[in-house]
Parts: sequence; C-alpha cells; structure tokens
Amino acid sequence: MGIKILTEHIGKEDLKPIDAYMKYGGYTAVKKALTSMSPDAIVEEVKKSGLRGRGGAGFPTGMKWSFLAKPEGKPRYLVCNADESEPGTFKDRYLMMHSPHTLIEGMIVSSFALGANTSYIYVRGEMMFVIRILEKAIAEAYAKGLLGKNILGSGYNLDLYVHPGGGAYICGEETALLESLEGKRGNPRNKPPFPAVSGLYACPTVVNNVESIAATSWIINNGGDEYAKIGIGKSTGTKLISACGNINNPGVYEIELGLSVEEFLYSDQYCGGIANGKKLKALVAGGSSVPILPANLITKTANGESRLMSYESLSDGGFATGTMLGSGGFIVFDEDQCIVRNTWNFTRFYHHESCGQCSPCREGTGWMEKVLHRIEHGHGHMHDIDLLVDVAKKIEGNTICPLGDAAAWPVGSAIRHFRDEFEWHIKNPSEATRKGAVYRKEAVFA
Amino acid sequence: MENTAPQLFKVTIDNIEVEVAPGTTILQAARQIGSHVAPPAMCYYTSLKGTGGKCRACLVKVTAGSAKDPRPMPKLVPSCITTVQDGMIVENTVNEQVLETRKGVVEFLLINHPLDCPICDQAGECHLQDFAFEHGRGTQRYEEERRTFEREDIGPYIQLHMNRCILCYRCVFTAEQLTNKRVHGVLNRGDHAEISTYISKAIDNDFSGNMIDVCPVGALTDKTFRFKQRVWFTKPVTAHRDCEHEKCSGKVTLWYKGEDVLRVTGRKNEWGEVTEFICNTCRFDKKKTSDWVIEGPAKVSHHSVISANHYEKKAIPEFGFKQAAQQYKQIDDLPVQLPEGEKKPVGIVVRPDSK
Amino acid sequence: MTEVNTPEKVEFSPETLKKAQEIIARYPEGRQKSALLPVLHLAQNEWNWLSAPVMDYVAGLLSIQPIEVYEVATFYTMFQIEPVGKYVLEVCRTGPCCLRGAENIIDYLENKLGTKVGGTTTDGLFTLKTVECLAACGFAPVLQVRLKKEDGNYIYYENLTPEKIDNLIATEWV
Repeated sequence: MGIKILTEHIGKEDLKPIDAYMKYGGYTAVKKALTSMSPDAIVEEVKKSGLRGRGGAGFPTGMKWSFLAKPEGKPRYLVCNADESEPGTFKDRYLMMHSPHTLIEGMIVSSFALGANTSYIYVRGEMMFVIRILEKAIAEAYAKGLLGKNILGSGYNLDLYVHPGGGAYICGEETALLESLEGKRGNPRNKPPFPAVSGLYACPTVVNNVESIAATSWIINNGGDEYAKIGIGKSTGTKLISACGNINNPGVYEIELGLSVEEFLYSDQYCGGIANGKKLKALVAGGSSVPILPANLITKTANGESRLMSYESLSDGGFATGTMLGSGGFIVFDEDQCIVRNTWNFTRFYHHESCGQCSPCREGTGWMEKVLHRIEHGHGHMHDIDLLVDVAKKIEGNTICPLGDAAAWPVGSAIRHFRDEFEWHIKNPSEATRKGAVYRKEAVFA
Repeated sequence: MENTAPQLFKVTIDNIEVEVAPGTTILQAARQIGSHVAPPAMCYYTSLKGTGGKCRACLVKVTAGSAKDPRPMPKLVPSCITTVQDGMIVENTVNEQVLETRKGVVEFLLINHPLDCPICDQAGECHLQDFAFEHGRGTQRYEEERRTFEREDIGPYIQLHMNRCILCYRCVFTAEQLTNKRVHGVLNRGDHAEISTYISKAIDNDFSGNMIDVCPVGALTDKTFRFKQRVWFTKPVTAHRDCEHEKCSGKVTLWYKGEDVLRVTGRKNEWGEVTEFICNTCRFDKKKTSDWVIEGPAKVSHHSVISANHYEKKAIPEFGFKQAAQQYKQIDDLPVQLPEGEKKPVGIVVRPDSK
Repeated sequence: MTEVNTPEKVEFSPETLKKAQEIIARYPEGRQKSALLPVLHLAQNEWNWLSAPVMDYVAGLLSIQPIEVYEVATFYTMFQIEPVGKYVLEVCRTGPCCLRGAENIIDYLENKLGTKVGGTTTDGLFTLKTVECLAACGFAPVLQVRLKKEDGNYIYYENLTPEKIDNLIATEWV
C-alpha cells in the first residue's frame, strides 16, 4: 500500500548494474532535465514539490537551493550528506546499497539545477562497502556519458566523487561535514555565514541528505505538483523510515507521509507489532535526538487525535507531549526496557561524539553522562534529576551546532515522561542495579 | 570625520545607544560604550583572526534584529562574531536569560577545572577567575571526578597545564598567524580534547611566548616566572626597546619586584588583549632595566587586583541588583539548625585579595 | 606498546601511491588537504595503524604540517593511533543495538577472547573495541571489522549471536 518513489524497484532484481537500473526508467530525469529544462525551472519544480530536507531538520529543499549565492567567478558545490550516523537511522545506507544509481541520478539533476560542476558524496567511513558500490556505479555512469564532460550533448559538465569520513557523528552536521571534506577536524562552523554563501572552500555550497537528493529525479520526471499530492499537508511525498528496536520486522520502509503511527507500528506490512508478544513502553520516532514518547502519546496525540507519520502530527503538542519526525529513525522500546539505562546510553553517545569546540556541549554532555551513570548504577540522589534538567536546559540552544540540542532533548524528555522511573532508581538502588530489573508501571504500557 | 556619520549603524545595547561602523560586532560595539555593558570574552581575541564563537561566554539577546526587520533573534547569539545591523537592539546585563546562561557557561568551564588558583601563576590576571567571580553562581553542583592530564613542558620557556585549559584555541591561532610553522594544535575530541604537539615536540619559534599572553587562564605559563611572585605584588612598568626582530613591536610591560624585572609581557589593553606582539628575545632574555627604555608605570584597570589589591564587582544596572538582592534573601532564608539559645550566624563572603 | 611494528621505511607501495595521487586529484588545486581522510584510510590499510612516522609521511605527501595530520587522526574514531591486533572487532554499543542484546555480545566477546574492551589478545590476532552507532540498527547487534583487503574494506557483521561469533572466529578471522 502507498506509493513508493525511491524504493519501488528494489527487490525486483539487483539494481546495482546501471543497465538494470535503466530498465526501470532510470536516468530519464537526467535526460529530461539536461536537455529540456533550465536550472531555474528545476529549482521551481523542487520548490513546488514541497520536499523537505530528509536528514532531520525538515527544511524545504527548494528554498534552501534558492538561497545559493551565485557570484561570478566562484565555483558552486553540491555536497551530499551520506554521513548517516544518527542512532536509529539506517535508511540512506539501504538506498545506496540497493540502488546507488537513484542517488547518482539525483546528484546529476540537482548539480545541474545548482550550477555545480564538481560534486561530492560524503559517506561515513565505516560504510566502506557502500563507498565501493557507489564508486562502481559512478564509473558506470561515466562510461554511459551521464557524468563527465558534455553530458548527453547538453554542454553541461559534472564530476562526481565519493569522499569517506573517518568516524565522527558530528560530521553529519553540514558545516562540520564541509570542514571534514576539507581535510580538517569535524568542528562545526559558526553561522552565519551559511554554506549557501560560504561553504566548501569558502564557495557557495548546498548540502543535502541522500534521500532529499534521490527524490529530485522523481520530481523532475513527474513534476513538483504531482509530488506535492503525495503525503499530507506540508509533509509532502514519501519518507524512508528506519524501524528498529523491539519490533517484529525491523528494516527500512518507504511510507507515504501521513500514514498513521498505529498502522506503521502494528501492521504486518511494516513493523509488525512489538516482538515476543510484549507491550509497548516508549518510542523514539525520529532518531535518538528527538524527544522520547511514552506509550500513551504514541498512537494518539494529547488531544486524542490519531498520531500520523508526518512532520506536523509527530510534533503536535510541542515538546510537552509531542516529538519530531527527524531523520525517521523509529526506535521502539518494549516493557522490559529501562528508560534510565537508555538515557544514559544515548547521553554517552553524545558525550562521545561532541567535538569539544564549545563549552556547553563539551562539558555538559560529559556531566550529564556521569550523573546518569551514577543513577543507573545505584548512586543517584534525588537532586540529580533536577540537576540533569537544568544542565540540559543550559546546553540547549547555546551551542555552535545542534548537537547540543540533540544531547539535551533525550534527557529532558525522558525525565519529563518517566520521572518516576528515575526516582525509583534512586530510591531503590539495590533493586534497580540487579541485572534485568526494570521499573514497571502497567499504566504506561500499551 | 563628521561626514561619515550617515554610514554609521545605530545600535542599542542595554538601553544605551551607540553608533558604530558597519561590520562591527556586537561585542566591539558594547566595548565602545564601556566595560559595564561589554560582554565577557574567553575565547575571542581582537588581534587574532578567526577567534571567537566557542566559549559562549559572550552570548547576548538580540531583541530586535534591525530597524528593517525588528524581529528578535530566536536564540542567544555570540556577540563576539555577530555583526550589528542598523537599529539592532541588544540586551546583555539587563536580560535574565543571558545572565542565567552565563552562569551556566561559568559552571561548564569550571567543572573540569582544577580550581588551583592558590598555586597558579595566572591568578590575579586570570580571565576565568574574573569571569567566575563576576558571573558565576558561587556554589558548586559538580560531584563527579574531574578530567586530568599530565603537565607538560613545551619547550624551554613554556609549561602547559592542560587541566586548566578551556580550549579557547587562541594559542593555536597565535601559532598559525604569528609563526611560520605550527607544531601544536588541538588533539582528540570532546572533553578529552587537548592542546598538544602529539609527539612531545618543543615549540621553539621566536614568537611562541605570545601564547602565554593570549592564554586566558593558567594553561600556558612563563617558566621563567614560575612561582616567582603573585602578580598583584609586582609592579607593572611600560617600556620599549628597539628590537632587531622585524615582526617584534618591542613594546612591553616589565613586571618589577623591587629592583628586579621578574617577567616581561606584551602590553595588554583594557580588555586584556595584546595588540602588538613581541619576540621571545624581548620576553625571556631581556630582564635587566638597562635593556629597556622605561616609559612609566603601566595603567592598570581600576577593578584589577593589581591596581590596589581590591577586587570590585562591576556596577551592573538595576536588574543585576535585583538579582543580587534576591540571592542574598535566599541565603538569609536558608533554614539554619541552631542549638537552643544560640544566635543566627552572619555569613560574609570574603575574597582573599579583598581589602 | 608503541615500539611494535613501526615500519622502518615509511613509503607507500607504487600501486598505493598511484591510488593516493588519484584521490588527491579529486580536489581542486591547492586543496590537496581534502584528501587527508581517504589517504589516512589507505595508510591504515597498509600499516594497520597510524604511527607518528606514518602520519608524517602522509603530511609530506599532502604538503601540510604533521600537526594537521595528528589533529585529524586523533579526532576520528576509525583511525588507530596505537598498535592494534590483526582484526579490530568494533562492536556497536549504542541504544538501538542494546535493545537487541549488544551488551551480551560484548560480554561474550570479552570472555571468548579473554580480553576486556580496549585490549588486544596475547596472540595479537584481535583487538576488541566498542564503537558508537554504525547505522545498522535494524540488524542489531552488529560489529565491524577491517579486513586486509586491497582497498581497505570494512565489513559489517549483523544480527550477531554467540554461535555466529564462534563460527567467525573459527573460520573467517584467522
């Protein structure tokens, strides 16, 4: 059910060879764009489509493109962010592994629209196997005249390269990624200037997520208006959701935005419900950074409306009772999972991944991790809970890049919704530290 | 000069209007008004390009972006790298969120700091000390173990106490901009990041000593001055010499104890910044009065401990007083368990260097 | 530890050097520093870990200061800056993997190999490490290993079980 625009042909046969990909209409968007459309017309279609950045921020892609400065004599760059590192997210990897040409086709169309003649795909270094797949696919595209000089006789030149990362979550932040691409430490830059004005090598640059770029081919082939018909409201199109945790069918699913969370979570076509017949305790809907929700706020909003897989519905209720679609990393927790332990785990992640440049994040993430470690290991105090809330608040919004927010939100939301579980840990240290012991409050399960 | 006036931007900081050239940062505009509204700066350094934006000490609230677009900026902005717009309205010391955030920044910078001021050569001229005194909360909530590093000599003149470092990156920019070959940098990441040469190499170029002057804390200290004297017992004197090194300004401050020059530093302006750098020969090898042309006693900022051994809080506008009054009230309200008949004690906070 | 297999003469083989030069050519002129991460991957593949002489050699190759290489190599977790075993087993320890038993897998590996996380087995065959999210959460638990392949491939081993690990140790990582 539901239209698929990125993954429709995955599974029919191996789409890695370019001929297989072309059999299903592959590279028609390149032909259409380069031979019959102007760059501005492509930007216009993408704007019309309502496509929003799929890396997590959800910023309208067409608008981002229209901000690109175009000074004379300076090259412009398109950089694809394939540094997929947000815990719970593995969709870009899936797409690149199974259909590398979908990304490459999107890169060609998007580069043409932006006037970039050199483009890079920054892939996290751990995914070396994906890099090899992409490199092979790029070589095939060159051989077919889809990359290189005078593509399809259009006079447009494009060189496309894959760049491996070295193991750093922070490089998923676009300016850290650019620093890394320049061979430096992945320290995010202060903004302004934004990459659209001064990005890679201080030239105007657009950085887009894999999924956003991949969607542009379909938009060219079918028109922005058609794309905008898919989905719901301002959440147009489809979204790749990475589903993981305690569910029956973990994996990557392409859904039409607006699908109900209930259907996504429980139908056999998607997650297939909670594994081992257990109950649902909590959900992180958009990658580890977004606020965690307790079971009673997952399938229904605080107003009792059906919660949908869309930017708006997931954030309904703000942070008090809502969360975010984020990168689409759907992490499901069953009744046997410990929220305190998971919050400590996530905080350890952010502490480990903080670049160390600005003080609130560098010091605050480590502080929170240590406090949570103490609570989890039976040495917590009651005042630690409010301390955590306060430290998280002092990090949030005060850092150079969003990693600070990403570290603060999981802590703030876990305490907001599961405060009694933290208190239980502190009051019952010997019970709480027993292996496998979990705080159970039947009322919160669903 | 008057005819350039129309090109100036009008900015309001803490209800005080000032006109500045386009391209000026909020911090510099505030400094033009005066030290009572200037945000603190721990990583920004005017004479080093690229510094700033990291420590977050200077975050301020922009309540109106410009006359053209008077919307407030959603987040606090680093005043050291945010340029002003015409008609911008900024709140620094009059904004509760700013002051609360700054308290947080002090706390973050101190949680892994050794607080070893009593044995630190920087004490008395330490920006972190000033920052904590002026903006800190006065109590400590951090109960965890502190991160520690080994002390390291980097070359014959400089000692690195990484424990005290706040990772402002100033010394890295100094090496990058004043020397031809940078051999030290920031290694590792997160709260394990450290200033190092990685292979225990000496930093031995002619301008390395400037790293000591730009360091806001006691992380990089002058080995030739180590443990010689507390800075507030030394007398600063302005002097110069005709240095043969082309990049050296030869303009220094000599720090006397009696007849002896205990150390030589670059001249710092009222913001604690050196604008004209000096070479290592002037700094480490010229420690006789006869090496120098003496200009006179150095001007010391009135609120420095060096000036009169007193340490005063900056006068902050009304809001600050309200806050302070509230805090004192809270202290007063603390329930005190006293034995029968005993009087309630009165607590006074005294700094060792206060009069 | 650090005296172990520091190569006497640090120089890429002609084939690797050619590959490094191809990589450098991907970036605009004067931007050869951009090639640092990919060239460090090549170097690590050649020498198994990045000693200071290796990093100095890479600095020379890219006409940058050695400290610029040290800064980068110590920032990114994939680069081994201390000697490691032939196989570096890097097990994901982040939340989604833990929901599916990663902590048990780490315990199992510690017992099986007789070394704690961070350690190397006495025969020098394995170094056991934990890493943060590898973007394989749907196939958890997962670990990655760099195999001594020509182009430096990292392989993910997914849906790990003790039996799977026994099997890999017996047949694949030898």
